[in-house]
Amino acid sequence: MTTQTLTHRAPALLKDAAVAALLALVLSIPFIGLYTANSDQGQGLAVLSRWHWVGYVVAIVFVGRLLFSLAGDALARRRMRNAGKKPLVSIAMGHTLGRAFIVLALLFAVTLPFMPYSDRYVLDLGMTVLIYIMLAMGLNVTVGLAGLLDLGFVAFYAIGAYTFALMSTVFGLGFWICLPLSGLVAAAFGVLLSLPILRLRGDYLAIVTLGFGEITRIVLLNWQSLTGGPNGVSGIPRPTLFGMSFDRRPPEGLSSFHEVTGIEFSSEHRLMFLYFIILGLVLLASWVVWKLRRLPIGRSWEALREDEIACRSLGINPTASKVSAYATGALLGGFAGCFFAARQGFVSPESFGFIESALILAIVVLGGMGSQVGVVIASLFIVLLPEFAREFADYRMLLFGAAMILIMVWRPGGLLSNREPTLKLSSLKGAGP
Amino acid sequence: MNSALPLLEVSGLTMRFGGLVAVDGVGLTARTGDITALIGPNGAGKTTIFNCLTGFYKPTSGRLLLRHPSRGEVELQRLPGFQVARHGVVRTFQNIRLFPRMTVLENLMVAQHVGLMAKSGFSIAGLLGLSGWRSAEKGAIDKARLWLDRLELTRVADEEAGNLSYGMQRRVEIARAMATDPLLLCLDEPAAGLNPRETAALGELLLSIREQFGIGILLIEHDMSLVMRISDQVHVVEYGRKIAEGTPDQVRNDERVIKAYLGEPEEEEMPAEVAQDLNIGEARP
Repeated sequence: MTTQTLTHRAPALLKDAAVAALLALVLSIPFIGLYTANSDQGQGLAVLSRWHWVGYVVAIVFVGRLLFSLAGDALARRRMRNAGKKPLVSIAMGHTLGRAFIVLALLFAVTLPFMPYSDRYVLDLGMTVLIYIMLAMGLNVTVGLAGLLDLGFVAFYAIGAYTFALMSTVFGLGFWICLPLSGLVAAAFGVLLSLPILRLRGDYLAIVTLGFGEITRIVLLNWQSLTGGPNGVSGIPRPTLFGMSFDRRPPEGLSSFHEVTGIEFSSEHRLMFLYFIILGLVLLASWVVWKLRRLPIGRSWEALREDEIACRSLGINPTASKVSAYATGALLGGFAGCFFAARQGFVSPESFGFIESALILAIVVLGGMGSQVGVVIASLFIVLLPEFAREFADYRMLLFGAAMILIMVWRPGGLLSNREPTLKLSSLKGAGP
Repeated sequence: MNSALPLLEVSGLTMRFGGLVAVDGVGLTARTGDITALIGPNGAGKTTIFNCLTGFYKPTSGRLLLRHPSRGEVELQRLPGFQVARHGVVRTFQNIRLFPRMTVLENLMVAQHVGLMAKSGFSIAGLLGLSGWRSAEKGAIDKARLWLDRLELTRVADEEAGNLSYGMQRRVEIARAMATDPLLLCLDEPAAGLNPRETAALGELLLSIREQFGIGILLIEHDMSLVMRISDQVHVVEYGRKIAEGTPDQVRNDERVIKAYLGEPEEEEMPAEVAQDLNIGEARP
């Protein structure tokens, strides 16, 4: 039966592969077949050819396309055979797997700084991942739960960072006072942004939020007297632990960690401390978001995403839902920004370009809209993949893009697209008939 | 409690869209403990009346007076749209509007948002898990469970609402509206798309809701047998104007109503062109 269908399909498959190979030929003649090099005379460029490369490419495309089609056929046949059978991973098992992942990830995150392989680079990378998780957690409230697109989320990140930078350098306030302040200032801007866009949807919403992100960046860039323009703000103080500094020579009026505790001074202690601050912030944020989803406010966000008109028919004020969703998202973005400023000791508008907004949105979409575990996995992916791909040098971003496309083809709803209900009758006490 | 003063009194309701007068000076009343039907041919303006009543449109003119048992007389047309539901006038939609990716139980919890939001201390008490919030949540779940049982939806409580059959979705929408504890339940064609058995069950359900909860029900419906069977009062609109009102029997025998639904008796002959197009007459030479 299988061989029969295969011989039956063979001409079509071969033709398909031949077309692909032909396309490859046409494309690879100018792109691969010809190249330029310094001419032998040392003057100007000479165009040289390497036709054998074209041959390899065409052969690879032909064979590859053929194998790809055959694999697709085989998969389809297997799927047909398996239709009606039990799925490999049942829902209950998926739930257990999810729990196991959360516990393992938590264990890994907490022990990471003490591992022998954890040097500066690993800790730095860990902090970057955690900052992106924090940012994506915030954007997830606005985009994933409330369904309100925000292409300018980086603005809240920037506002949080500059709030701490200016408060500390101008008024001499410390990190722990500025952390809530940064969040609140960012949330205030979230409210401000949500007001003009209450009536907007879709494309218009995208344009206005995009504009908001750019306006913020441009104001930071041009308001020289306040923000220092392109030079940014430097000399932001490091966070302290109960008044203990992690510097070898603590600033005036502070004790230092290594003197008080008697532990030998190591510059890595400061990194470890920073790492635990952001880890703590992320855990707090994810707990709050998890809890909010199960409260009326979170349900009203999801209801707003599902059907705004139905919300109004039940007496829910859509304005309040939208404003609170933007404010909550901005609050978390502001926290992330404050930490970013504290970690870098320096902020400039360069760090808050549109590409950051796009990356954060990509994390949310890739993780599966509204899924918190998805956000964590996607952040790991988005931050770590370009790092691991460093060996590929110039092809790094190419690989990154290809991986993103593959994932979206494979899982259009994001990595974790199943929505977990906030409340289940079957798991309530005293349920049943 | 068929008291003298009706729960809802609509007078001179007019809704204009540009030059089009969709509703023209309609007056109607709905009483607590009554099922009031609003009928009329397609495009007569029934849904527009509903939209004005439930705060989705601001009427061009007219007065929508609600006699709220605790808040006194409220003019619905002066409230912001979402406030109408908070005053106990809750509707369902002609094309069902559930929260499709949320479970049935969650749909019923969202319906109780207004009360729960206050009880959650605007999320502060809820975040801290204070006992006041916990008992409020439990009460809300119990109420949801009551309506799930009532509408035979308990079995699908944890299913996503969008995955249910059409008839079930209709029931979820009614359960969701009832979970808000309405004074006046406004149903926009609740029997559309239901089979005869489901329609009969719907009729029983509405009668039992009226008996048990003593609320008013306002109903737009095209299924005349259902309307005639369960309604206490029927209002008939055509081209945005009210043409008749009364008990089902009165309306059934009203000449203008018959005319609106069946058209005026005309000459039986078909115009020549139509007959030709239909190929009924002689073949073309």
